[in-house]
Formats: sequence, C-alpha cells, structure tokens
Amino acid sequence: MTTTAAPTTRRLNTSKAMAEAIAQEMRANPEVFYMGEDVGPYGGIFGSTTGLFEEFGPSRIIDTPISETAFVGLGIGAAVEGMRPIVELMFADFMGVCLDQIYNHMAKIHFESGGNVKVPMVLTTAVGGGYSDGAQHSQTLWGTFAHLPGMKVVVPSNPADAKGLMTSAIRDDSPVVYMFHKGVMGLPWMAKNRRSVDVVPEGEHVVPIGRAAVAREGTDVTVVTLSLSVHHALDVADTLAEDGISVEVIDLRSLVPLDREAVLSSVAKTGRLVVVDEDYLSFGLSGEIVASVVETDPSLLRAAPKRVAMPDSPIPYAHVLEYAVLPLHDRIEAGIREVLA
Amino acid sequence: MTTTVTPQQGLDPAVRLDLYRTMVLVRTYEMAILREYHADKGPGFDIGKGLIPGEMHLAAGQEPVAAGVCAHLTGDDAVTATHRPHHFAIAHGVDLERMTAEIFGRETGLGRGRGGHMHLFDPDVHFSCSGIIAEGYPPALGQAFAFKRRGTDRIAVAVTGEGASNQGAFHESLNLAALWDLPVVFVVEDNKWGISVPRSASTSVPSNADRAAAYGIPGVRVEGNDVDAVHEAAGELVARARRGEGPSLLEVETLRLLGHFEGDAQGYRPELADVEGEDPIPRYEARLTEAGLLDGATREQVAAEATARVEAAIAFAKDSPLPDPAQATRYVFAEEGSR
Ligand SMILES: Cc1ncc(C[n+]2csc(CCOP(=O)(O)OP(=O)(O)O)c2C)c(N)n1
Repeated sequence: MTTTAAPTTRRLNTSKAMAEAIAQEMRANPEVFYMGEDVGPYGGIFGSTTGLFEEFGPSRIIDTPISETAFVGLGIGAAVEGMRPIVELMFADFMGVCLDQIYNHMAKIHFESGGNVKVPMVLTTAVGGGYSDGAQHSQTLWGTFAHLPGMKVVVPSNPADAKGLMTSAIRDDSPVVYMFHKGVMGLPWMAKNRRSVDVVPEGEHVVPIGRAAVAREGTDVTVVTLSLSVHHALDVADTLAEDGISVEVIDLRSLVPLDREAVLSSVAKTGRLVVVDEDYLSFGLSGEIVASVVETDPSLLRAAPKRVAMPDSPIPYAHVLEYAVLPLHDRIEAGIREVLA
Repeated sequence: MTTTVTPQQGLDPAVRLDLYRTMVLVRTYEMAILREYHADKGPGFDIGKGLIPGEMHLAAGQEPVAAGVCAHLTGDDAVTATHRPHHFAIAHGVDLERMTAEIFGRETGLGRGRGGHMHLFDPDVHFSCSGIIAEGYPPALGQAFAFKRRGTDRIAVAVTGEGASNQGAFHESLNLAALWDLPVVFVVEDNKWGISVPRSASTSVPSNADRAAAYGIPGVRVEGNDVDAVHEAAGELVARARRGEGPSLLEVETLRLLGHFEGDAQGYRPELADVEGEDPIPRYEARLTEAGLLDGATREQVAAEATARVEAAIAFAKDSPLPDPAQATRYVFAEEGSR
C-alpha cells in the first residue's frame, strides 16, 4: 500500500531520501520545522538534514544547545500550538536525559486531555551499532519507546520507506518516533549495506504507518525483522536459497502500530518463525512478535519459534565482542536452520 | 564572586617544567593515537574499521586545562571526565598502558575491551568518564560525598565542555553541590565549539563563572588557554575544597586543535586557518625559553621521554590479546573473584 506519484529510476541513499521528504513537507507547510543538535550547517551527524539548511535557513532548520529536555519539550509545546516540529535526538541512547518530556508529556498529553490536545510532532533519532561506538552509542531501544504508550514508532530499512514514512510521520496528528539505523543511511564513512542506495519516488511518496512489508516472499520459514537486520536477513535468504530453503522476510517498518496481521498471515503460510531484533532480547519486540502468534493461534507454528537478538548485556566496544553479540548473518542462519530442523 | 585570572609569571620553575612535561606527554599521546586511528580505516574512511574502531575525540590543544588542574591532585582524588578524556586521564595518572589497551579493545585494557575510549575507568586513581554530555557531573558529587563523609580532605574534579553547561545535569549538580557543601571543583573546558555549534549559539552568558554565582559558589574564568593561569586558579579552588569550604567552578578558555571527532571535515569552522597558530604548546615553550627554563636539550629530552612512554604503551596494547568473543556478555553483574 505505497502510493507513488510517478515511476522513477532515480536512486538516493537513505539519508537523502529522508531529507527529501522533510523538504517537500516544509515547502508545502510553513508550520513544519526541524530542530536538534548539529542539524544546521553540519547537516545532521548522520545526514538526516542534508541540504536543508541551505534551502530553508536557520529559522526553520535550527541548531539547539545540548539541552535535550528543553528542546524536546519546546517541540511538544510548539506542536500543542499547531506547529509541526521535527525534533532530532542525535542518538536514541540519549533518551535518558530527556525521557520525561518524551514519555510523560509528548506521549500522554493527548490522552490526559481526553483527546482535546494534539501533539503532531516527530521525534527523529539514530539507532544501532556495528561500528564500535560502545555501550552508550550503539543501542536501538525501539522496544523501550514502543513499550511506552502514546507514541507511534516507525523504523525504515531502506531509502524509499525512509521517505514515505517521514511524509506520513510529519502529517500524523499523533507523536511519531522515527528511528533510523546508522547502517541503513548510506553514509560515506560507515560500512554500507548494498541496498542503502536505491530507487526513491520523486514526488509525493507516502508509506502508511502501521503496515509491514514483505521484503522477500518465501514458503519455508518466516523471518520477522526490521531496520538494518532486514538486510542481513535478505542476505541470508539469498544464501539459503542455494540450499533449497525458501525464506520469507517481513520488514515490520512500524512497531506502533504493529502489523500483527502481516506476521500472522506469513506464519500461517510457513509454519515457522524466526524473529531477528537488534534490540535487547528480553521484555521487548521479539517476545511481542512471538506472543502475537501464540496468543492468536499456537497451532500455526510447526516448530518452536526462535529469537535472534541482542543479548541482555550492554553492547561491548571491542570489534570481536560487538560482533559476537550483534544478530548477524551467522546467528540468523543458525536460527533459521534450527526452526527447520 | 566572578574572577578572571590573567597569566602570571611567579610560578616555581620546577612546577612549570612539570606542567610542560604533562602537556607534551598528552600531545605526544594524542598524535600517536591519531596516527594509529587512521592507519587502517581505508579504503576511504570506514569508522568501524581498524585497530582502533569507533568514534575518536582527541584533546590536542586542551592540554593546559588538564595539566593545570591535575597538578593539584593525587591519585586519591576523583576525576570524572568526558567523551574527550585522554588529557585528563593522562594528567591524573591513569595507567597509560592499560588505557591504551582499552582504546585498542584488548583484554588487558582498563575495561577488558568492553568500554572503549569514551568509557575509561581506573579505580586506582578514581578516574572515570562518560560519553553522555554533562553526565559526569552527578557521579562526582557522590565521590565527593563519600570523601567528605569519611572525614578525608580528598576532593572530586568534574569536567565538561562549554556545550555541556546547558544540560540539566550541569545545573542540578552545581545546586546540589552548593547546597550540601561538597568538595567538588567543576571544570568547564571552553573550546568554543560543541561539535559544529559555536558557543555563541549555545550559551546565553559569556562566562560560566556567572552561572556559578547563581548557585552561590565561586566562579573563575581563565582566558588565553594559559597553563600557568589555570594552575594558579585551580590551586586556590582545590585548596578551598580540601579545607571544607565547598564547591567552585573553573571555566578555561581553550582550543580544539582537531575536529570534534576524527573524520570531521570542520567545514562549519571559519577560524580554522588560525587554529594552528594558537597551539598552546609552542607558545608555552617560547615562554619557558624566554624565562631561561627551557633549552633545546631539555626540550628534546622531554619529547624523547614522552615518545618512549607513549610508544611503549601502544606496543603493549598491540601485543595484548583480543578479548574472547565467548565472554562478550560477561561482567554485566558483579561476580565472585572479580575486583
Ligand atoms: C546527552 C548528549 N547529547 C548529545 C551528545 C552528542 N555530543 C557528543 S559531544 C557533543 C558536543 C559536546 O560539546 P562540549 O560539551 O562543548 O565538549 P567538546 O566536544 O567541545 O569537548 C555532543 C552534542 C551526547 N553525547 N550526549
């Protein structure tokens, strides 16, 4: 259910696709502005505002002090008054210094006001590891945001979805947390997956929030995943196809709302489930997906499901240690073989 | 209570030579890490590659702050540093070999390769740092609290950048330390930039010493990145903390000689061409030479000693084993037998 204005073969990396959606919405709606640390002349540490300062200037692409509580809260207040702020939290790991504004205010005002006060705000934030940034700069934490009610949570894995989900997020009347993995952005200074530069529709492009995508069709096993892990799962699916194993890959794209239907219909077809999640194993997304299936119809599963996730440990710095805990190709392949055994 | 200290020349020559030695050691270290960091990032620049992967924030240019402050401390005093920690770590006497091994992600590192360059912990000298801006201030209060409760004259030094002075944690810490009269010296390194954001776009007042006044504690600002002036100002603030006279704040105008992190092209920085000319180390050398305290031979000797120590630390790191991947999730909780 992706609407596309005109067919195109133009290719962008994910950060430029994200910035393009922001630019298009900003041109159309003067109430939209973007605020955060190093989002102005620098263009965002992970390229999220590439080129925007040049077009819109410092009154709409706003560098802030390192005062997350104040500027996230400022975004909430501006949204309450009908503006459409996009506020960047440089790393999701920094939620700790401003969480109260996020989960007790941004996410609760609409409810507490009995639906009388809207907070049409987007909170963008970079997530994920894989480049030795250590325990305070490598977490995904989407399960934490998704656990706290009142905010939608979207997690694009590729350039086209990055654009389409951003368009939807800006137009949404509820707060949306938009989490971009550094490894999908197509940055020149970080290892890239080969799909981080891809075709992106040029005009208006909307990907509805709450719809998963079938990233690859298959019949033997369902891999439910999101963000950078989609690419690892697709790579593994390629490898396993050579062994005659047909893997279906579901890219969740949104955690809140969660497209349980897409998961269930795939598992109904394959009877086998692997969840791949770069977030911590316990109390999070992977358990939620398994529960969604088991609660609905345990007989859908022909084998015990398998979770391939970040273990319940802070993320280590040293490359060998980090690559031992990340849910990468080897572990995904082993998980798939286990549910098929 | 706001004072601005200007450079003075009355300092003991031996102290000045020690300050010089510390600054040269730090600079030698940062330049060696710079070399090692970039040695194998290619082709192109991949931040996750190489013997030292990940972000790298070097403190070249900021040596006067660490040297001038830490000269008044012993290993019994605590220091909480930032994401840019090497200069304070070295000046405070953190084990150079184990620190380097940590930066290289080795099992012999301070954190057995778990922490990395932003997360150096050396309990022997009560040193720690954090990658989250301003979040080193609150733990320093607790260390000071413990020192005070135990009736010692030990103190805590908490370091941030000027960008961090706009965080809630900064202001909460100043207030609480003042309220409870804790022996903390808050140090603000004003290198004028928070990544790409200049001080003028982040901070509402020209001096954080004024903010100290708002919490009823002494605030001193030292201009000119001058190690003698830092030494003098810090000496008084450390002494009053030791005497039980409570917390204070020292802001030092300093210089970020390199990018925010390695790989930062600094296109946002108009004064970039002038930066090299403001390097505090040649300037201090000139002053010491003029005062008759430094000659060519001493200079060479100081440089050679620093190089020997730094290269030995790097060799130690490179010769050390990598951590065992099977142990990647160890040390989440306290276990018997671990320190
Ligand atoms: C809470 C938090 N927000 C943002 C960041 C990202 N960040 C890392 S360093 C930095 C700039 C810090 O500036 P300053 O305090 O002046 O120290 P400097 O880097 O100049 O030494 C920022 C914004 C962070 N690590 N933590």
